[in-house]
Amino acid sequence: MSILDIRGLTVEFPSRKDVFTASRNVNLSVDAGKILGVVGESGAGKSTVGNAVIGLLENPGRIAEGEIHLDGQRIDNLAAESMRKLRGKRIGMIFQDPLTSLDPLQTIEFQLVETIRLHLPLSKSEARAHAVDLLDQVGIPNPEERIAQYPHQFSGGMRQRVVIALALCADPEVVIADEPTTALDVSIQAQILKLMKRLCEEKNVAMVVITHDMGVIADLTDHVAVMYRGDLVEYGESKQVLGAPKHPYTQSLIAAVPRPDVKVHRFPQVDYIEGSAKPFKQIDISTHWLGKARDYKSVDGPLLDVKDITMKFLTKDAWISSNRQYFTALDKVSFDIHAGETFGLVGESGSGKSTMARVITGLYHPAGGTAHFAGQELTSLKDKKQVLAMRRQMQMIFQDPFSSLNSRMRVRDIVAEPIKFHKLASTNSEVNQIVDDLLEHVGLGVAAAAKFPHEFSGGQRQRISIARALATRPRFLVCDEPTSALDVSIQAQTLNLLKDLQDELGLTMLFISHDLAVIRQMCNRTGVMRHGQLLEVADTEDLFDKPQHAYTRELLSLMPSMDGLSRQNLEEELA
Amino acid sequence: MFGFISRRIAMALVVMFVVALISFLLFRFVGDPVNQMVGIETTPEQREALRQRLGLNDPILVQFFRYILGAIQFDFGNSYQFKQPVADLIGRRLPATLELSFASAIFALLFGIPMGIYTGLNRDSLLSKMFLSVSLVGIALPTFFIGILFIFFFSVTLQWLPSFGRGEVVALGSFWDTGFLTISGLKAIILPAITLGLYQMTLIMRLIRAEMLEVMRTDHIKFARARGLPNRSVYYIHALKNTMVPVITITGLQLGSIIAFAIITETVFQWPGMGILFLQAVQNVDIPIMAAYLLLTAFIFVFINLIVDILYVVIDPRLRTERGRA
Repeated sequence: MSILDIRGLTVEFPSRKDVFTASRNVNLSVDAGKILGVVGESGAGKSTVGNAVIGLLENPGRIAEGEIHLDGQRIDNLAAESMRKLRGKRIGMIFQDPLTSLDPLQTIEFQLVETIRLHLPLSKSEARAHAVDLLDQVGIPNPEERIAQYPHQFSGGMRQRVVIALALCADPEVVIADEPTTALDVSIQAQILKLMKRLCEEKNVAMVVITHDMGVIADLTDHVAVMYRGDLVEYGESKQVLGAPKHPYTQSLIAAVPRPDVKVHRFPQVDYIEGSAKPFKQIDISTHWLGKARDYKSVDGPLLDVKDITMKFLTKDAWISSNRQYFTALDKVSFDIHAGETFGLVGESGSGKSTMARVITGLYHPAGGTAHFAGQELTSLKDKKQVLAMRRQMQMIFQDPFSSLNSRMRVRDIVAEPIKFHKLASTNSEVNQIVDDLLEHVGLGVAAAAKFPHEFSGGQRQRISIARALATRPRFLVCDEPTSALDVSIQAQTLNLLKDLQDELGLTMLFISHDLAVIRQMCNRTGVMRHGQLLEVADTEDLFDKPQHAYTRELLSLMPSMDGLSRQNLEEELA
Repeated sequence: MFGFISRRIAMALVVMFVVALISFLLFRFVGDPVNQMVGIETTPEQREALRQRLGLNDPILVQFFRYILGAIQFDFGNSYQFKQPVADLIGRRLPATLELSFASAIFALLFGIPMGIYTGLNRDSLLSKMFLSVSLVGIALPTFFIGILFIFFFSVTLQWLPSFGRGEVVALGSFWDTGFLTISGLKAIILPAITLGLYQMTLIMRLIRAEMLEVMRTDHIKFARARGLPNRSVYYIHALKNTMVPVITITGLQLGSIIAFAIITETVFQWPGMGILFLQAVQNVDIPIMAAYLLLTAFIFVFINLIVDILYVVIDPRLRTERGRA
């Protein structure tokens, strides 16, 4: 007898023009003590299923058809008030971002006690004791002391533990976790997954884990449901679905997951996913503007040579300089990048990877050390002309495709801006021609030029960013987590595009990522960073096969194992 | 916390010192004070004697020091028009203005906050739309016009409320005359308080509405719902408190301007407050009154800002630790 039983669930969002069906005829069930994974890319309708179960569909969403049963009782047709009483008491929910899931103005104790007393007939002091006990169970050290603190005094991983404690307050029968580890570092992710698995077994809870991450599915779940555009395309035991996927979408999805264990030259082309592999006009780069006039002097030795770069941020100001306190974001970091290679920087959040990118591109001035680019000292550039010349050679691609494009400019103007700014073309018609060619080349097509950024999806926007970066004919690209906001299939396409461009244009890249699997696929050499220090630099393959530093080994061991994943496409690729 | 407050007070003192300097320079250099005090028939010798007596021949720094010393003891010299100490003149009128400002601030908060919450939570209800459009009137019409409308409607046509003055006042001690203790005093304050507070009420309502809409979309509200909390605690414990920081900022600034710039309302309703005194001072180039008014206004703003800063820290624990470390 399953605890949670979803039968033929169809959720619709009526709008003025038509009705959008977020999930169509979904059948799922979970047993006590088991974990069901719901996997899919953005827009697949997986969160909608979770929200429908807990009765928190966003307006104007409604359950058009189907039933939801909790322990034999039908709950989808309950009145709002009785549904509210189920929430937290019999169905708990965990959200994605622990930094925003807690009320920042109330103590942990207040929020826990409030929730406990709502559901259980306990006195204030009993509720507090129960809260301390819960915090202990989710692995928060000194719960007695920490319970009185505010959310901002906890780290991201600790906050997610508090969120889990809040979800488990009243011993619910079902817990729905919507992307519970997506916002967390890999080491924290591993801990939280372990905790969830343990609690699920100890408390005999039925858990539904909604995620886009195949690694989480492989690590955590007993059963998995694959969703695509609102449809449940495949459903079964995790081992069986991941190992021998039947549906072509599942096969494509699994093939698109970057593999940490083997390097492939290109990501397998994903055919099933719409919008991919659009045929676009290939431009012969060698004769085109983009390829021409790449009259950079070749350099002896490394293209970028970073020595002992130190970066400090003021954390406490004082009148007397010796009383000021600094946070050291970069601590004597040295590495070099040779022309034509891709150098990876990997590390967890706060390790200083992005700070490094900003120092190199001149957004920050380092407190110490030197950086030479093509033989020229970067940190001491004063002359405005030299600075501009340097910026032209170096372009950056940012992580967030939504905020890195000006939403009030048309794509044509966005891409043309650097060309005009650096006066790289003489006439407007020439600029327009270059923009058209660039958009064709990154796979967007000429029609994109007249549109605004919001008309594009995340992956398409990232292509616009790439086109904009290429518009100055740079020889060095800094990519700061370029795909971490994208779905895996889109990530595969974007990374393929970057690789192709690198081959055609002979670009040199600094590639920053927290994702070891992506690093392995993209980078020739890789540096591992932690707390502002560069711990190890090695050829990427050596780094994965023979990691030298203890921290590198730890990071590698924490990667979700992909052993269970289908190797079908991979073998084809390697063959 | 203590360190934070004392630092803030030190900063407030610096601001007050600068304002005092400006106010002193105004006193000293805008026109010759002696010319303002005496008639044309005064001989140069008499003028010189007066200068000597007033200390106008002393070095500037000594004069400034004397001015500050006086200001600390509420001695701002004598008014040119009334030949009375400025402190007495202002002291007699300050209670009227403060009571009016207090009443209108209470009115603005008492109506603005609940209306803001209501319109924020029920965006599409008919009542919300009505509140929003009616409140637009509060912003769109100039204060004096609303005041005149009120007088015409409630005093002339309906004859419910008095059209001018404070009504009967009761003396509390030697400094404070209050209108809050008599029926006629209370009746008299209604119209001017509403006139003065209408704009602030609209502002507070719209601000709270916007903040409410914003906060209701955040993850922690969604999570509070997912824990099964009833609407009451979601709205009033978790949502409202998170809207408070910007609301306090704006309310603080507005309160300052209610007190300092009640002039128009006071003129319309012939309210015997500082506004009228100030207007007369401007007309008659009564510089001691203007200088003292400047200092008083600055003090009110600085004081309210201090309270606002302290309230921030009380409300938002995140500021507390940052300050604590700092």
